[in-house]
Amino acid sequence: MGPLQGLSIEIMNQERIVLIAAILIFGAAAFGLPGFLTAANLIAIVRSIAVLGILALGMSVVIIGRGIDLSMVAVMAMSVAWYLQLLGDAMPDSSAFALVVGGVLAIGLVNGFLIAYAEVPAIFVTLASSSFVFGYVRSQLIPSDAVPVPDGHWVEILGGVRYFGVPVEVYLFIVLAVMVFLFLRFTKWGRYVYYAGDNPVAARNIGIPVRPMLVLRYMLSALTAFIAGLLTAASLHSINTRVVNSTLLYDIVLVAVIGGIGLSGGKGGVRNVLVGAALIGIMLNAMTIIDIPLLYQNLIKSTILLAAIIVDGLLNPRDEQTAQQGDI
Amino acid sequence: MKPIKTLMAAAALAAAAFTAVPASAQDDPAPAQYAAALKDKRVLMVPMAMGFDLAQGWAAILKHEVEAFGGSFETRDPNWSVEAGAQAITEAISSDPKPDVLIVMSPDLNSYSKLMKRAQKEGIYVLLIDNPANFKADAYLGSDWTELGRLEARAVIDGCSESASKKIGLVQGDQVNATSLFQYAGIMDVLKDHPDFEVVAKPDSNWDATTSRNVTTTMLQQHPDLCGIIDFWDGDATGAAAAIRDAGMQDQVFLVTTGGGEKTADCDRIADGTYGAVVMTELAQESYNMVTIIKYLLQSGQAPGTSSPYIYTLLHATTKDNLRPDSCWDLKALQAMAGN
Repeated sequence: MGPLQGLSIEIMNQERIVLIAAILIFGAAAFGLPGFLTAANLIAIVRSIAVLGILALGMSVVIIGRGIDLSMVAVMAMSVAWYLQLLGDAMPDSSAFALVVGGVLAIGLVNGFLIAYAEVPAIFVTLASSSFVFGYVRSQLIPSDAVPVPDGHWVEILGGVRYFGVPVEVYLFIVLAVMVFLFLRFTKWGRYVYYAGDNPVAARNIGIPVRPMLVLRYMLSALTAFIAGLLTAASLHSINTRVVNSTLLYDIVLVAVIGGIGLSGGKGGVRNVLVGAALIGIMLNAMTIIDIPLLYQNLIKSTILLAAIIVDGLLNPRDEQTAQQGDI
Repeated sequence: MKPIKTLMAAAALAAAAFTAVPASAQDDPAPAQYAAALKDKRVLMVPMAMGFDLAQGWAAILKHEVEAFGGSFETRDPNWSVEAGAQAITEAISSDPKPDVLIVMSPDLNSYSKLMKRAQKEGIYVLLIDNPANFKADAYLGSDWTELGRLEARAVIDGCSESASKKIGLVQGDQVNATSLFQYAGIMDVLKDHPDFEVVAKPDSNWDATTSRNVTTTMLQQHPDLCGIIDFWDGDATGAAAAIRDAGMQDQVFLVTTGGGEKTADCDRIADGTYGAVVMTELAQESYNMVTIIKYLLQSGQAPGTSSPYIYTLLHATTKDNLRPDSCWDLKALQAMAGN
């Protein structure tokens, strides 16, 4: 972090540092790794982070509102597993879909309600609901870890959809990114997310419906998780609930935080998610091409997360007046 | 504790021998001895998780058999958590009454070694299944993973026979699980006799299908002339298969993997061309081997840890050419048999 000291903080915010790092790694890989700078590989990079990016979009809206949703991966895997199981048990598609979407929204609602009205810290509520969702669905609703997509079902067809050789999840990622961008940037409710995240008490005092909006954000993140799960199943033709035990949840937080969305809330936007996702995508792809073992990949990834959090702490110091309530 | 038990067992055997002598042909004492040795015995299985086909298959057959001889069969589900598995074993050791036989699927070479030794000291027979560990179990029942790797390598060599390219890629599991390490060793063992074949990449999937898909996508782009891939588990090979399908290379890349031989996971995928070959475990045979060893140990009178045989299950590579209707087993049918 040497150059940091010489530059003023306004110029070198975390997003720019990460962007520069991403460009540097991209340049080095393009120069040093044969086959990196091809259209197919670039599409593969974007695709490999599309699902992660979609999850990070949902997470970032929650984080900007000064919260965190640790139940996203559980909701993603278990909702889709339940949906596929219902289909496997010959339930009509429309009722199965409605039932599962209802369930997903209910989880978001309960998360939001407990955080907004019972004032339980988000980290505990969503950690608990994550375990609950996994445990309940896995033990009561599905018999195995892996649930296959029924043959010829639209989810399977979705996975094969390509426009100009680009998989459908890339387009969905772009569409969702634009939608979240427009929401956060240009709608009244989107601006309220920042106010509520920056200073919930003040936001409430000026008449913003802070609590109902908080509930809404957790419902949105749950819904985003469901979409990400559908895309995963579309590509793999099955969903494996083991993903709940993986590092995916930390990767989502990593993408959001590394791009410069402060965990203290009120800061950042879609651009930060894109920058964070780009760095992770380029890095993982380059490390795979070089054939670095997974253990080292995790080490490198976690070192970067640690560095990002330290830089975040230096550049976005917590506001002493507001850092008390609802802080994670 | 131990000598007393041994003495009692010896006395029981001696008594049995005495009563056996005057028995007439109509009065075979063996069923009574068999029943006495096996009745009310507790068998507890702690796999890595109960949520996958092999564990559910083992459990179905074991439950059916153990309950048939009057014992009780239970499972614990650590759900892939090493700590939860360790806790389940610890609880089993200190429970009252203790299980008589503990069946453990170890997540790696070392994690449970000490715990399993303690279980043996407490008079519990410990069977190690599917995953080898650094521990002298009362029997290891499962695959010879090095041989399994050899079979995979031979299958991929066969699959590549008509291809001009001799490049293959490996999607390994991880770098701690014995199944992954031994598979790799077996593959390399065969490939050293085939110097024309080259392993161009060997990423880890960490047993995750999405990771497997991403690394395979990269591998196919880096080496568009790849002729074969070995993915180390059918649980994540769906990802490698998706990458091959997305690249439109199903006809070019021969995908080999290994699995428990469950119908929807393996045979259906061989039939539809997703997998070129699957090296399968004969699940039913493996489970009945466990049953045999349990029956033997409970009647043997020997102290736990006395002997540690390896009961390897016969492995074979199944391809479209040798696929038969009975090549795979059906989880639903097995569970129906066990009544659960």
